[in-house]
Amino acid sequence: MRYQNRKKREVTQLALDKVENAIELRGITKTFGSVVANDHIDLDVRRGEILALLGENGSGKTTLMNMISGIYHPDEGSIHVNGREVVINSPMDAKKLGIGMIHQHFKLVDVFSAMDNVVIGAEGKRIKPRELKEKILELTKKFGLEVDPEKKIYNMSVSEKQTVEILKVLYRNADILILDEPTAVLTPQETQKLFAILRRMKEQGSAIIIITHKLNEVMEISDRVTILRKGKSIDTVNTAETNEKQLTELMVGRPVTLEIDRPKCENVHTRLKVVDLSVKKADGTMALKDLSFEIKAGEILGVAGIAGSGQKELCEAIAGLVPVETGAVLHNKENIIGKTPKQINNLGISLGFVPEDRLGMGLVASMGMVDNMLLKSYDKAKGIFVDRKPAKKLAEELVERLEIMTPNVETPVRLLSGGNVQKVLLGREIESEPSVLITAYPVRGLDINSSYTIYDLLNEQKKKGVAVMFIGEDLDVLLEISDRIMVLCHGEVTGIVDAAVTTKEELGLMMTGSKREGVKADG
Amino acid sequence: MNFFTNFFVAAVLAGTPLLFGILGEIINEKSGHLNLGVEGMMSIGACAGFMMGYKTDNLLLALIAAFAAGMLGALIYAVLTVTFMADQNVTGLTLTIFGIGLSNFFGDFVREKSGATSLKLPSGILDSLGKVEIPLLSDIPVLGKLFFNYNIFVYLGIVAAILCGIYLHRTKAGLNIRAVGENPAAADAAGLPVTRLKYINLMLGGGICGIGGAYCSMIICNGVWISNCVNGLGWIAVALVIFATWNPNKAIFAALVFGAFSVLKYYVPKSVIRIPDSIFDMVPFFMTILVLIITSIRSSKENSQPQSCGVNYFREER
Amino acid sequence: MDETRKKEPLIRVEKRKERPAKQVRLLRLASVLLAIVAGGLFILCIGYNPFSVYATIVSGAFRSSMAFQATIKLMVPLLIPALGLTLAFKMRFWNIGAEGQIIMGAVFATFFALFCWDFPHWLLMICMFLAGMLGGALWGIIPAFFKAKFGTNETLFTLMLNYIALYLISFLRDGPWQDPNSSGFPKIARFGENAQLDKLFGVHVGWLIGLVLVVIVYIYLKYTKQGYEISVVGESRATAQYAGMNYKKIVLRTMAFSGAICGIAGMVQASGSDLTLTTSVAGGVGFTAIIVAWLAQLNPVGILVVSLLFSVLEKGSTVMQSSYGLSAYSADVLQGIILFFVLGCEFFVRYRFVTRKKGGKA
Repeated sequence: MRYQNRKKREVTQLALDKVENAIELRGITKTFGSVVANDHIDLDVRRGEILALLGENGSGKTTLMNMISGIYHPDEGSIHVNGREVVINSPMDAKKLGIGMIHQHFKLVDVFSAMDNVVIGAEGKRIKPRELKEKILELTKKFGLEVDPEKKIYNMSVSEKQTVEILKVLYRNADILILDEPTAVLTPQETQKLFAILRRMKEQGSAIIIITHKLNEVMEISDRVTILRKGKSIDTVNTAETNEKQLTELMVGRPVTLEIDRPKCENVHTRLKVVDLSVKKADGTMALKDLSFEIKAGEILGVAGIAGSGQKELCEAIAGLVPVETGAVLHNKENIIGKTPKQINNLGISLGFVPEDRLGMGLVASMGMVDNMLLKSYDKAKGIFVDRKPAKKLAEELVERLEIMTPNVETPVRLLSGGNVQKVLLGREIESEPSVLITAYPVRGLDINSSYTIYDLLNEQKKKGVAVMFIGEDLDVLLEISDRIMVLCHGEVTGIVDAAVTTKEELGLMMTGSKREGVKADG
Repeated sequence: MNFFTNFFVAAVLAGTPLLFGILGEIINEKSGHLNLGVEGMMSIGACAGFMMGYKTDNLLLALIAAFAAGMLGALIYAVLTVTFMADQNVTGLTLTIFGIGLSNFFGDFVREKSGATSLKLPSGILDSLGKVEIPLLSDIPVLGKLFFNYNIFVYLGIVAAILCGIYLHRTKAGLNIRAVGENPAAADAAGLPVTRLKYINLMLGGGICGIGGAYCSMIICNGVWISNCVNGLGWIAVALVIFATWNPNKAIFAALVFGAFSVLKYYVPKSVIRIPDSIFDMVPFFMTILVLIITSIRSSKENSQPQSCGVNYFREER
Repeated sequence: MDETRKKEPLIRVEKRKERPAKQVRLLRLASVLLAIVAGGLFILCIGYNPFSVYATIVSGAFRSSMAFQATIKLMVPLLIPALGLTLAFKMRFWNIGAEGQIIMGAVFATFFALFCWDFPHWLLMICMFLAGMLGGALWGIIPAFFKAKFGTNETLFTLMLNYIALYLISFLRDGPWQDPNSSGFPKIARFGENAQLDKLFGVHVGWLIGLVLVVIVYIYLKYTKQGYEISVVGESRATAQYAGMNYKKIVLRTMAFSGAICGIAGMVQASGSDLTLTTSVAGGVGFTAIIVAWLAQLNPVGILVVSLLFSVLEKGSTVMQSSYGLSAYSADVLQGIILFFVLGCEFFVRYRFVTRKKGGKA
């Protein structure tokens, strides 16, 4: 059955040999409520090429690709695959057309093995596990992938999961591959591996679209670049004929220097000292192992590491949210281990922790700004009643000062855009005049303008003498904004380096470097 | 020995309606829907099965009616939670209240119409509800009585459990629905028809619950229509899904154990310990609570509730 | 490949901009009306005239002052538990154990009614009231403790406690508390006059207690720190802990209050309406109260309105039973239908159906 499909496709391919575009989009428009995510976008991808889709966060890249993969349905416009106009109503339709997409947030079933994940939704009858395993191993050999077919997804590292996603696509014989920000979670070394696989697929005639906002990767891997800005297609250029500066201008719409300010540290002295900190996860494994470092007043300490290396637990341990196995956290020489989150907060240790969904922890999504301002201070007023007046005043001040776009201060924050939500969160933390400010992924999902507002806010705090800890994922940003960078790997510190004299590759090595303890166990 | 066999047989009989409820709910939860409407679907099935049996005197038709009624109950739930993305907890609860109400209402309605003081199943169907003797097997001493001397529902339940087990863990369709229940977004991206699969499996589960309801109205109540005949069994079934760790084969064991608890009061000799009946009546519920607590203390990654359970899926969610 | 050249689906779902509050209210109202129409169709299907049936229901509830008093009497045990449940539901704690909490409130209160009947009336009333609260609170705290400590599923836990409470009554009825003058018949003695709730305007003062509770719960949820904490915990446990709130304490406290309010309902029902303790002291109101709370969107004032509507429905359906011979269970059916429709309508607040454009491409 599958073989027939492939044969059929080969035949069509021969017949359509003159058509060199695997995908043509014409006038694609998609709106969400009042937001126009895609505005009459045209796009072509040829067979045997890698097209980079470049744009800021919120420029509509993912939305556009989701329409090719059948997640969304365009309001207007047409999609042509291999020269024929098609309607893609569901991922199932996309699959039949040979389109495979690897989403930024992997779409894998955690409790299934790699091979079960590969086989769900694939055509044909059920295959015996042994045969399936062999088939998969054959595929992995062909493309140089490394994955154990029987390993469960929840035991896998991020890059292993990504490999499974690629395997899924290959198993279905997809020859049009879309990758959404595939390198965001990889180390520089893993990125190189991925690029090697993509090049091999390209040689075999696949059409590949890679969504990214990282210019150096565009330059490295792509043949052509299509640039989106604010939902519109701005231009398509040959990679060989362009440079990073030109791409930046096309992407942002004006000449910008993509350099983040790093003001000089003044009056530096140790504010928070962490000594031999160990924390266990809920399942009993170690999340942090003997962590020791210090954050100085007037500096930004960057924290780098693959997702899940202990960043979350570190934040929570300092904020007093999780029990600590051993070690101490000294704030101005006072041990804060054992104190309640409230007491720690009252000391001025402020946690602007932003988990993946941004509204998960720091803010209450269904409440307005006013009630969110109260989150940490509602208890300060006397008596049994909540005093909303100061909170309202604060909310209104923040709206003005940080230019937060909101209908009014009572509008539920979940209705605000990502950048505005981030400003509400950081604004509140900063207003409490913290002595230590911990932020995790504060620019995740934000466009360049909003990101720079956040960087400025953090630098402002640094200049005020606040000790800032910045947990980030984009190594370029970390290298630019931090004074020092601490690298975490499997809950251990693999190095604390001076950001000014360190390279991305060095960070990447440290992020995976702690092999001496053996990688995370399988079971 | 005889005492033990009697106890075992009684436990099997008491556990059978639970078994159907557990199986139905396992399939519902495996498709990602925590359906609290089991009690309601069982009630509707109880009423439909009984009334069909009452009118036609045909057991097969009664079973089909019970199954179909359970499916219809589940259909309401599926429309609201799958298509309209309503809260699963509230929808399930409402289905329970609605189902019990509807079942009681129709029971009263038919009785009023018939003019009799009570509704009793005709003799033909009562005969077919009796013990089914399997040639040879039923005659084996002890074992014959233990395992091959039950009414048709019991065998049906065992077969259903085994089939459900094969379906969920040995077939492609089962793999698909488990994928949907664990992570509908992944299943969708892999090209599975998530909505259709959810509808099919929710209704399948509902139908199985309906059969369990028919057991309550036709066997437990000895062929006489009684309001509220399901009487909490559906709720216990929902809880026992946890005890059965979402595994249809273990559901047989779970149902048997809880069947045993519920008939315990008749088999503890009064001469040994004197405990009031009402205390015995509490035992199954008390044990369920214990099960809930114990399973919550030791939680495992794989033998646990499907991850998307309780959360509705919308493809374009951003 | 030709099969992919099909058209776009006839109807698909799309997210829309959230509707403003005013539209949402209209939408809900419309869904209730639709539900009444659907209920009418149901009545039509079984061979009755929906208009006269609905008319009977309404007139049955209001036709005389006695009927109206009976309606109010039905309202009280819906109103009070619904208010109690609201506290738990705001916290996203699925307390479906109102039934058991009502029973325990009644049981604890009955203890004083049976064994301290010689107290001065006001003291006895206060004791019974506090005992009712205590009983309900106890039945609320138990599942809350396990939820907070181990994450035990509270839905099923509270539910199982309902049955245990129910069998506790039969245990007491058959043994320790059996009426000595009943010549062996298992029942609990009727309360003495001293242990009966006072009346105001012909109905026991439960309605007044209910109204006071509406105000208290409203203020509690909206203006107090504890109410704020409940909202935050309900949204996300992680956020609450991040904000420095003591999650366990809040869960325990809120469930104690939730149970206590339900317990009050039990005390009121036993000493104001039943004047004894029977296994039907809660009689399913614990479940109906869930519907009430949810229909009212957990708004205490809304609960007052909805519980009045529901009691009209219930009183009316008993009249229907006597005049049409239609089972009073029809009230449950109609309540279910109404909530089904309201649940369905919530969809349209955030989503919309898009139909295929006529003459469009593809």
